[in-house]
This record gives sequence, C-alpha cells and structure tokens, in this order.
Amino acid sequence: MTHQPHNTQPGQDRHTLPFPVSPAIPAVAGGFLVAAVFLLSRGSADGMRRFWLAYVQAFAFVLSLSLGALFFVLIQHLTRAGWSVVVRRPAEILAANFGVLIVAFLPIAGTVAGGSGLLYRWARPLHVTQEAHARGSPLLPAARAAEPTEPPRAGGSAAQADGHDHDAHGGLDELTLKKRPWLNGPFFLARWAAYLAIWAVCGWFLLARSTEQDASGDPRLTLRLQYPSGAMTLLFGLTVTFAAFDLLMSLDAHWFSTIFGVYYFAGSVVGFLAVLILGLMLLQRLGLLRASVTVEHYHDLGKLLFAFVFFWGYIAFSQYMLIWYGNLPEETAWFARRGASTAEPNAWSAVALVLLLGHFVLPFAGLLSRHAKRSRAMLGGWAAWLLAMHWLDLYWLVMPEAPAAAWPPALAEIGCSAGLIGLFIAGLLRLASGRSLLAARDPRLPESLAFHNP
Amino acid sequence: MSVEVSTSRPPAEPVLYGLLAEFDDPAALARAAAAVRQKGYTRWDAHSPFPVHGLDEAMGARRTRLPLIALIAGLCGLIGGLKLAWYTNASDLAFMPSFLRGYPFMISGKPVFSLPANIPVVFETTVLLAALGTVLGMLGLNRLPRLHHPLFASERFARATTDRFFIVIEARDPRFDRRAAAEFLRSLGAAAVEEVAEGPP
Repeated sequence: MTHQPHNTQPGQDRHTLPFPVSPAIPAVAGGFLVAAVFLLSRGSADGMRRFWLAYVQAFAFVLSLSLGALFFVLIQHLTRAGWSVVVRRPAEILAANFGVLIVAFLPIAGTVAGGSGLLYRWARPLHVTQEAHARGSPLLPAARAAEPTEPPRAGGSAAQADGHDHDAHGGLDELTLKKRPWLNGPFFLARWAAYLAIWAVCGWFLLARSTEQDASGDPRLTLRLQYPSGAMTLLFGLTVTFAAFDLLMSLDAHWFSTIFGVYYFAGSVVGFLAVLILGLMLLQRLGLLRASVTVEHYHDLGKLLFAFVFFWGYIAFSQYMLIWYGNLPEETAWFARRGASTAEPNAWSAVALVLLLGHFVLPFAGLLSRHAKRSRAMLGGWAAWLLAMHWLDLYWLVMPEAPAAAWPPALAEIGCSAGLIGLFIAGLLRLASGRSLLAARDPRLPESLAFHNP
Repeated sequence: MSVEVSTSRPPAEPVLYGLLAEFDDPAALARAAAAVRQKGYTRWDAHSPFPVHGLDEAMGARRTRLPLIALIAGLCGLIGGLKLAWYTNASDLAFMPSFLRGYPFMISGKPVFSLPANIPVVFETTVLLAALGTVLGMLGLNRLPRLHHPLFASERFARATTDRFFIVIEARDPRFDRRAAAEFLRSLGAAAVEEVAEGPP
C-alpha cells in the first residue's frame, strides 16, 4: 500500500527500559509479605485453612495472567498475525514468566506432599481414613451442609464448620475415596510438574526465538515460531483444563463440571488482556513504544477484551444453567455455597451479583462501542476494572471453601495476592531488563506499524 | 453552439448524471478526493478496486450509522425474545382466542417464567435480529438492491474493479458546473474526464 502509515518508524522509538530496575526488591517484599501472613495465620487450624485458600487464589490469579499471555502469543503465531507484532513482546515476556510461578507453586506442592489436608482434603493419607473406619465411626457417607435432603451430619457442628468433604474424624468420605486414583498426592505432583514444565518450555521457546530475531533478523525464525504453535496450542488446552480441575475444582472434591477449565481459561484471557492494555499504557507513559503502539492496536486489544468478556459470560452461564436446570444436589451445592441462589441467598450472593454485573453486563455494554475501545481513558478504565473483577472471580471460586465467611477480603487474601503479585512483577522485570520490548526485526513489523482499522 | 443545437431537440440530449474522472493510482485518488472535498462539492464519490487507507478521511466521509441500527435491532430482539418466552409460557390473556393463548409448561419444577431458562432463547433472538438489522440496514443505507447505475454505461468505469481509480461528481451537486468541474478534475491530474449520462428512466 502506498499510503504512508500514521506511525513514525520504529527506529525513532525507545523500546528498552530506561532505568535499571532490580527485580530483587519486589521479590523480597513479596516473599516477606507472604511469609508474614503465613506466620500470622498459624494460630488456628481455621486460620491456616484460610491462609492456604488465599494462597491458592493468589497463585491462580498470577498464573492466569501468564496462561492468558501464552494463549495470546500462540494464537498470533498460529494465525500469522501481522497487526499484533508491536504488542507481542510484552505478551511474550508475560508468557515466559513461569520461573517465579514454579517457585510460587512450591508451597502448594509442599502442603500436598505433607498430607495435612489443610488445603486439599483429598490429600490426606489413606490410613487416616482407615483408622477412622477402625474406630467404628459413623463415617460414610458424609453429609454435606448445603444439602437439606441429606440426613443430619454425624460429625455435628465441628464438621459443618470445618468443611464438606470429610468428617469430624478426619477421614475421607466415599465420594472422595472414589476419586483417589486421580486425586492423590503423588499423581497431583507429577501432573503439576508436567503442566509447569510444558508451560515454561513453551513460554521460554516463544520468547527466546523471538528475541533471537532481534539480533539476527532472520525471517526463518518466524516460521520456526509458527510451526510448533499448533501442537503447543493443543497442549495448552489440555494442560489448562486439567490444571484448573486440579488447582481449583478439587478444593471441593465432590463437585464436578467439565466446563470448569474453559471457565478458568476465559477469565485468564480477560485478565491477561487487561494487564497487557494497562502495561502498554504504563510503558508509553515511561516513554517506551510511543510511536509503535497506536490507537489502532489498543482498538484491537479492546475488541479482544470485549470478545473474551462475552466469552466468560457465555461460559459462566453455560455452567450455571445446566446445573440449575438439572437441579441435582451434588451439583447445585457448589453454587448454593457461593450464594448463586434466589431461594437461599447468603453472604456470597452479593459477590455473585457483582460478578454478573461487573464481570459481564457492565463491561459488555461499556466496551460495545468503537468510541470506547479507541478512547485511552475508557479502555484503560475498563481494563483496570476487569482485572479487579477477574481477581474477584477467583476469590468467589476459592474462598467460599473457607471455614468461616471469608468476606470481605482480609489480611490473608490481601497479603497473599499482594505478595505473589510482587513476585510476579519481579519475574517480569528480570525478563524485561536489557531486552527490547519491541520485536524490532520481525518481518511483519511494517505491517503492524501501518496497521489501520477499517 | 452545440448546446443550443441539442436543446432544440430535447429527446436527443440525455440528462447528465455527472463527470467521471479517472486516476492512475490510489495516492492520486486520495489527493484528488481531498481537493474535491475542499472545493465544497457534496454529491460526489470515489471508486477504487480495493480499500485505500486514508481515503475516508480525505473524503471527509462520516462514519456509518450501521452500528446504531444493529444495536436497536438487537435490543428489539432482546425485548421481543423475552416477550415471546413470557407470552408462550407464562401469559394468561383471557381476551385472546384459546388457540393463541400461552400454555404454562411445568418443567422440572421451575417457575413458568424463569429467566435462566429463557436466556438461550433471548440470546438467539437478539443475535438474529441484530444480524438481520445489520444486513438489511447495510442494504438500505447503500440503496440496494439496485439493478442499474448510470456509471455502468461507461466502458472506462469497468476498470474500477481491476486497476483504475475514479472520482464522480454528480450533476445534482449544488456547486456543479459542467465546464468548471471538468476543468477542475483535469487540474487534479485526472488521466481522463468523461461525461456520464443518466440512464433511461
């Protein structure tokens, strides 16, 4: 096309961080914060339970940002996208941030290996259950607090306050025992080792080959990135689904929903796109990528954000409606505990309503118009709002499993999230420092610079 | 002189539709479009075999109202879908003849008008009406379908879909003057300027 693009050339643009930033500061601060919250929560079993749930929620949050980024980068290569080259490097850095995520997973691995069952009830060793049997306790089946059709619980109020998939004697109920072939410590740890290894290798590959092109300018690297992206996308889909089952769904080992992995994925992409939009705005404020990233690229990221807001709503409703229609107690209990019921609302009902409106209805209407997606203030505002909603969504998934009402967020949740976000930022800084934040010699860069929405 | 001759025989002189100017490349087209706009013409158009970046801005083309039509049609589908679900399942309108009354189906103990159950229906009607509204709105805004256009009479214009770029100033433009407009288009670097007649009524 002979028409000159609106952009100036990338040569005039700064695209490395202008000052050396030490990743040690947020890493140490984040680690210290999590450790402090852990020590403060040690007082009681309930406190520890809440700490571990808060930790899993925070981990699921930071993990989702990298997973969303991995998906985004893979799709760009898979579709040979030209428009996105100027925004791809920050996404690649997010997608390669699995080093700190592996570190952040270690405490979860530790508590599963330790067999305390504080976080995952199913992680208790089998002999605890067998001993309970031997004592002749009225163990099986365990009743669930949320199910009025079940007979009164044998364990009484202690068990009710404590959880729903084990009894007062610490054993596992029959349903959970049936799932032991999948939900057991060693297999869980082996699976997570595989998930994290796959993600880390994919993320590293995408960033390393792309950075290599900065130096060599070799267009064959673009093809080398493209060829495996199909297989990597398949692996991504499988690992994310099972990781969501393991990390979040198994917190309530009774409940099952085959769409749950897609639900986590949809929210992850919303969270990632929000971070990418806000991150690009921050980088431009710091004087980077000013001429490269234009309103046209924000417009397209806004379209994706809008699409995934709707996708999240679509998936959330699909999950809800089937369970609502079927009306089977073992499925509805999960929603009932989360207040998604007009018949018996609870403390979580307000959160569920906020999610319905704030994670779907309002941003859908707000991002619908072209004007909103092209306005920096409006797009940035919705991105920040949706990032908060994504955090709240995970909170609503995880924290109702806590023994006492874990609303509003308190020390455990705020501390864990802030700490892991600090660690996550440290990883990003380590990957970003000294690296070009623009894929400056990508063969499709001119197409991206000239990109123009019709 | 020739004008006088032709006015003496009105049926022989066809009504002028406009002036067609041919350009060799998209950059010339965009420059010419900006100049035509600046000159104050309002009833004119540009034709190109492919979308030309910046041409809309050069022409000063307003953004289409199509999104608004799609939104209104979609909202009609939303409200209509809700009404349909309510009417067929939950209404009891005594004044309607019996074969047009709703029938309260009891399904797994849910209320007869139950929002979660109706959302798939409402979603589909919203999408359906938004899509129909968009397609029909697009046709309407483009005055389509239209079986003939005066420009089709020009042999030169056939290349508008392959490798030539055109600007047409219509005769009904208030500023239109046959000779001045032709002069003006030539001054913009048009490779050829042609008078196009209005087709038979």
